[in-house]
Formats: sequence, structure tokens, C-alpha cells
Amino acid sequence: MKNKYSIFSLIKNAFSQHENWKQAWGNPEPKKEYEAVIVGGGGHGLATAYYLAKKHNMKNIAVLEKGWIGGGNTGRNTTIIRSNYLWDASAGLYDHALKIWENLSQELNYNIMFSQRGVMNLAHNLQDVRDLKRRTHANRLNGIDAVWLDTKQVKEFCPIINISQDIRYPVLGGTLQRRAGTARHDAVAWGYARGADAMGVDIIQNCEVKGIKRNGDQVEGLDTTKGFIKTKKIGVVAAGHSSVIANMAGLKLPLESKPLQALVSEPVKPIIDTVVMSNAVHAYVSQSDKGELVIGAGTDAYISYTQRGSHDVVEGTLKAILELYPIFSRMKMLRQWGGIVDICPDASPIISKTNIKGLYFNCGWGTGGFKATPGSGDLFAHTIANDEPHKLNAAFNLNRFVSGDLVDEHGAAAVAH
Amino acid sequence: MFVINCPYCGERDQSEFSCGGEAHIVRPKQPTELSDDEWAEYLFMKKNIKGVQFERWNHAHGCRKWFNMIRDTSNDKIHAVYKMGEKPPVI
Repeated sequence: MKNKYSIFSLIKNAFSQHENWKQAWGNPEPKKEYEAVIVGGGGHGLATAYYLAKKHNMKNIAVLEKGWIGGGNTGRNTTIIRSNYLWDASAGLYDHALKIWENLSQELNYNIMFSQRGVMNLAHNLQDVRDLKRRTHANRLNGIDAVWLDTKQVKEFCPIINISQDIRYPVLGGTLQRRAGTARHDAVAWGYARGADAMGVDIIQNCEVKGIKRNGDQVEGLDTTKGFIKTKKIGVVAAGHSSVIANMAGLKLPLESKPLQALVSEPVKPIIDTVVMSNAVHAYVSQSDKGELVIGAGTDAYISYTQRGSHDVVEGTLKAILELYPIFSRMKMLRQWGGIVDICPDASPIISKTNIKGLYFNCGWGTGGFKATPGSGDLFAHTIANDEPHKLNAAFNLNRFVSGDLVDEHGAAAVAH
Repeated sequence: MFVINCPYCGERDQSEFSCGGEAHIVRPKQPTELSDDEWAEYLFMKKNIKGVQFERWNHAHGCRKWFNMIRDTSNDKIHAVYKMGEKPPVI
């Protein structure tokens, strides 16, 4: 890779006051025609382009982004990575991603700050205990590390948790996946963008798709704010706006778009060195390297594209956080934001062909897409290049809503959707 | 979050209501005659519009009655509220 990052390049550039670093990716104008066009320059879209170029030798491709890369949900999530899903299909999909995460900084020559600090999921009632124990067993049968912790072990692993049995939702135990953790979300988008750009992929920002041109059941190209772009293959990775793009091609998807919120506190010294999630009270928290508490709230229960979210949702989450961590009672929250998530009826994603030739969708990740970024890109690239799914994403086809073979991760996943 | 003018109770916070999704989806008259594709279309496929959308709401923590609403999902502006069975107003 040109301009490889290393300790030597760091020293060399220090002599020129770090003023001569080259741009990590270019800013090209779109060509008239591409072999494939990816719509959406978030982590998943950029990863798709990266693996199309790297593993499938498709170099004449473009990524179109209506804003700036990583400015959507990639830059708005709570950066949690885990693979402790109940069903075999999900376990295969998310653990495929986790295995790529483990070596991604080296592969991309870009520090994505992947930190396997463990993710703990708490149980607050008898049904939680049964569900989480069942999930632990299912995980281990699928080769995914998972252990059950009783209340005392939860307290030992994360000492600031309130394990009083007198609170409204007492901690009755929890599961722990030690290989799980967090990564720097922006760096993932930037690392993939730099890697894709180095292999010749055109990353075109501020370019919004306005229409999809079809000839019968074959796609012919895209109308964009930077003119018409001809292509025979379009991979749509537009998250909350997937339905908007689908409507341009005369297609309906089983998705509803809703705002999902997160918030961060003022930065403090290290106080929590893991990720703790709680399904029943919908509270999850970790601490960023800057020292901010990163807190995930829930979705609004209605369709909206406003990227705001309601105050009562944040209030509910903070109530739960304060009951579980009384130590945070005097902390101030710094920022709050919302991202638009596209939710499937079975809370599982779609990585699939459609009945329109050359049109592929990677969507429906709902509230938990970040953790799958590398695996999603890899499998979507495979699907686009071969015009058929990889065995790991075969179950996540669009046809499952017709056949009824759903991957029902509602409630089976570690956090409510 | 926004304020909804319930046709029965008047103006209340949105948090008192629950949203029932897209409105005016007609239940098939002969469910046994439907193909799998038609069932999927009826059950799962959504317009998920960014813009003006017709939807059903229920005043869950109030009168518990259902009604319809016309709302712009791109900015949460409510254009009209009307009772079940009524014709949607022209906006």
C-alpha cells in the first residue's frame, strides 16, 4: 500500500511537523460507467467496496455517499461488537464478523482501536435468567465463547454495579463474552475507505442517488446529483434510507425506519473497563478512550427520518442507568443524537439479491449493525460478485418473508429492538 | 417527540400514544385464496415513506381509541388527525 503507516512514517513526518501526510483517500468525480456501484458510504458500504476489490478483483467500482463517509449510523452508534446471538444463522454471521475484527487493524494498516474488553449482558428476572443461560449453551455449541456469571461474579467483573436485591430490577446474574468489545467507529469507515481507495475504488461524497434506471428487470444505472452513472450492478447499503432507494426501483421492503438514540457524558477517569448491556431495562453503557460514558437508548416507536429521537426515551434509559450505577448520579450528559435504523419484522438483517437483476440490498440491520461491519461487507461483496449468497448469508435473503423461514432474533438478541 | 391532538381527548404528549404503523392496508377478503407472495406483501412489505404518510395511532394511556393521522416522517409535522372509518382529509 502506498503511504503505509508505521512507526518509521510517523518519525519521518515528525521532522516536517506532520504537514506532509498524504490524503488517505481521493475525491474523484464520477466516471460515466462502473462495473458495480455501492450506494451508501458508511462502514458496511465501504467494506463491501473494499472486499469487492480485494477478494473479487472488481476494481472499476464506486461508492456513492450523499453526505460524508461515515457520517450516518457508522458515526452514531455505541461501537459495541459481540457475536453471542441465539440462532445458528445469526451466530455464524456475527462470529464471522468478529473473527475479521480481531485482525482488522493489521489488515487495513489502520488502527481501528479494537478493544476486546468483554460484553456482559445482565438478567433481571427469572425469564431473563433462563433465556440467557439457554443462549450461553447455544453460543458454546456454535463455538462462541460465553459464560454465565452469578450475581457475585457480575459484581467482581464490574464493581460499580448495584447488586442490591431491593431495586426494581435486581441483578440476578449475567452472561459474558470475553472476545466481544468495542472499536473506534469512525476509524472503521476511514480505514476501509483508505484501503478501498488504494485499490482504485472511487469514493464519491456529496452525491445523492435520485433514481434507478431499469430496462425490464435489469438495472442500467443511477440518476444522481452528479449526473447519470451507468452500471449493471448496484449494491444498496443505505441503512435507514433503504426503503427510499427501494421505492426508486419500484420495490417494497419489509422495513420500518425509526430514530435510535445514544448519548455521551462529560469525560471522567476510567471507571468502567467493559461493556454492560441490560435487555430488560434497556440500558447499556461503556466508556470511550476519551473518558466519556457511552450510553445507548432505545428507538422511538414510530416511523421517522428526523435523526433526533424523543426525550422520554432518553429519560427512561437514564433512569435505568442510575438504578444500576448510583455512582453516576451526578454526572452531566454532554451530547445526545439520533440515527435512523431500518428494522426488519424478525430483527435480522437482509443481505440479498432481489427480483430485479443487478440490484442487491444489504439492510435491515436495525439497532445492531456496527458489530457486523466487516462480515457484512465481505458477504455482501461475495453476493454481488457471484450473483448468489455465501452460505453464511443464505438465510438472510429477502425471500424469507415469503417462505416464512424467518431468523427471529427479537428478544433472542441481547438487547431489545 | 411531539404533541398529538387526539380526536377524543384533545392535545396530549406523544408518549401517551402507540403507533400502529401504515394505515389503510385492507385485510384480504379471502385469506385462504392468497399465495405466499400475496401474504408476504400484506403482512411484511411496508412503504416506509420518507415524507407524508398515513398511519394508525392508539391513545394507549388515555381513551384507548384508535384513529388515523397524516404525518410527515421527514420532520414529524402532523398534517391531520381523523377518526377510524372517516375519509382522509385532503391536505
